[in-house]
Amino acid sequence: MATLEIRDLHVTVDTGGAHDGSDGPKEILKGVDLVIRPGETHAIMGPNGSGKSTLAYSIAGHPKYTVTRGSVTLDGADVLAMKVDERARAGLFLAMQYPVEVPGVSVSNFLRTAKTAIDGEAPKLRTWVKDVNTAMAAMKMDPAFATRSVNEGFSGGEKKRHEILQLELLDPQVAVLDETDSGLDIDALRVVSDGVNRFKANGDRGVLLITHYTRILRYITPDFVHVFVDGRIAEEGGPELADRLEAEGYDRFTTTTV
Amino acid sequence: MVTVTESPGVVGAVETSDKVASHLHAVASFDLADHPMPHGREEVWRFTPLKRLRGALDDTPTHDDESGPAATYEVRAGDEVLLGTLAPGEEPRGRGLVPGDRAAAVASKNTEKALHVKVPADTLVAEPVHIIVQGGAGKRSNAHHVLEVGTHASVTFVVEHRGSGVHAGNVEVIVGDGANVSVVSLQDWDDDAVHVGQHEATIGRAASYRHVSISFGGDVVRLTSNVRYDGPGGQAEMLGLYFADAGQHLEHRLFVDHNEPKTRSNVDYKGALQGAGAHSVWVGDVLIRKVAEGIDTYESNRNLVLTDGCRADSIPNLEIETGEIVGAGHASTTGRFDDQQLFYLQSRGIHEDDARRLVVHGFFNDIIRKIGIPQIEEKLLATVEAELEKTV
Repeated sequence: MATLEIRDLHVTVDTGGAHDGSDGPKEILKGVDLVIRPGETHAIMGPNGSGKSTLAYSIAGHPKYTVTRGSVTLDGADVLAMKVDERARAGLFLAMQYPVEVPGVSVSNFLRTAKTAIDGEAPKLRTWVKDVNTAMAAMKMDPAFATRSVNEGFSGGEKKRHEILQLELLDPQVAVLDETDSGLDIDALRVVSDGVNRFKANGDRGVLLITHYTRILRYITPDFVHVFVDGRIAEEGGPELADRLEAEGYDRFTTTTV
Repeated sequence: MVTVTESPGVVGAVETSDKVASHLHAVASFDLADHPMPHGREEVWRFTPLKRLRGALDDTPTHDDESGPAATYEVRAGDEVLLGTLAPGEEPRGRGLVPGDRAAAVASKNTEKALHVKVPADTLVAEPVHIIVQGGAGKRSNAHHVLEVGTHASVTFVVEHRGSGVHAGNVEVIVGDGANVSVVSLQDWDDDAVHVGQHEATIGRAASYRHVSISFGGDVVRLTSNVRYDGPGGQAEMLGLYFADAGQHLEHRLFVDHNEPKTRSNVDYKGALQGAGAHSVWVGDVLIRKVAEGIDTYESNRNLVLTDGCRADSIPNLEIETGEIVGAGHASTTGRFDDQQLFYLQSRGIHEDDARRLVVHGFFNDIIRKIGIPQIEEKLLATVEAELEKTV
């Protein structure tokens, strides 16, 4: 059981300066407040470029982003003071929009190494193999996946399934899902959503679901919906807010926040 | 964060007649006069630290004396494999290898009795034939091995170089029609050894040849690995793996001569560098001659730079005299750790050091897995691990 608390979070990204005419760091997040309590599922929706992925990466600790103000805590522990791997071991998980290829490292080796790191001890071989096989079957992944290199040559859908497979096996306290629905056909969307729902069914897990479309919310029901515009939360509500966005789009927000 | 240091030399789009004297057309010759002592500015020697070769290019006999031989050669092979010696010019010595540089020429000239390992036609040798070269400290040794494999035979040779000293050694491989031959050369020298030489194969019709060069040890290692074809349809796979530590110079030069139609080649070398003055050189030359229609070739060299102060030179050269081919390509990259890979692994709770280890193992793994000899694969994984202990 853990509460993720984000307070007044300001984040800049190094834009590379001279290349695009801008100079130095650019502020992407401009004061984000969000609390995810155990068992809650929050959806963050917003137009492209509003800073949704930056929020996800900042929570995970991607080196490209710099927190200039605010705090992120997990059950009171200062997440921002932790290294990337420490955050994961503290109970955070990020399902990435663009999972990274790691040539030559097999999925099975990767999963076992990650599980060992998270638990602080190697999983019992026999139960672990069974757990992996069960989880892979649930994600409708061929067992041959275990011998392939991490994300190498995976289709978009396979990468997303692999992310949710990790979610189930590593079983974090709070999961951040960054556009996990993008690029999925309807069958894969269902498989992935089922996986997230199994994770949720553990009862006290937190989910932060970042998405551009309402489609995935038909399968994963959020408790709260936040509309993210220009680096901060512009509106909050229940699941009905998603329906309204579906009907009206983001124009209402983007035109008033220029 | 990958910086591409590729400097491809693609010469001649379709047909060239009067050839410029490029190093893809070096004069191969047994006559030492054709290979004068280099001064260091020659194209084929400009990367090599000549002063550190400790006389490896001198026309010097093998330094056997009362204190013992300059090097010992142990051959472990089953009864189906025939062992003997060959004098210079004695068939088949010279059919597969003609010295392309001074290092190979002095090794050949100073080897009166070349080791001759013969696998008769249609023989399938199950266990690898093991040749262990043990160099003596402070001594200069010359060697020339002739590995002759008959038609439709199948065999793997492991040439393992250990110990110290200065070694000029050639490996000549004659691959019969339809044969299947692997040669794995391990440069597992002590830190002060110098090793120069040429490995060259002639590949029979529809035969399959694989050469694997693995360099971890030695102060200076400079190996040239060549192939050419003795009939259409042959294929060559040239794999390499090296790990250059502080002050170490590891140089691999390859030449694939597509001199027959419908031949194939694939070159894949991977190296890691760590420590001040670690230097790797990879030069991959591929020549597609006018007769070589329907060939397919690809060469790749990737370097992973683990610390500051290293230098990786990587130069693919492709010379094409006919456009009637299936494919020809090359790739060369030199880069540091991929930050995205590290972030991904760390975001799964994996400690930074372990993440780096995983990435380096992964980097080498696809080459190691292709070697096909379990003992060597295990040994290499352990060696990579030991190397990583130094920095990661």
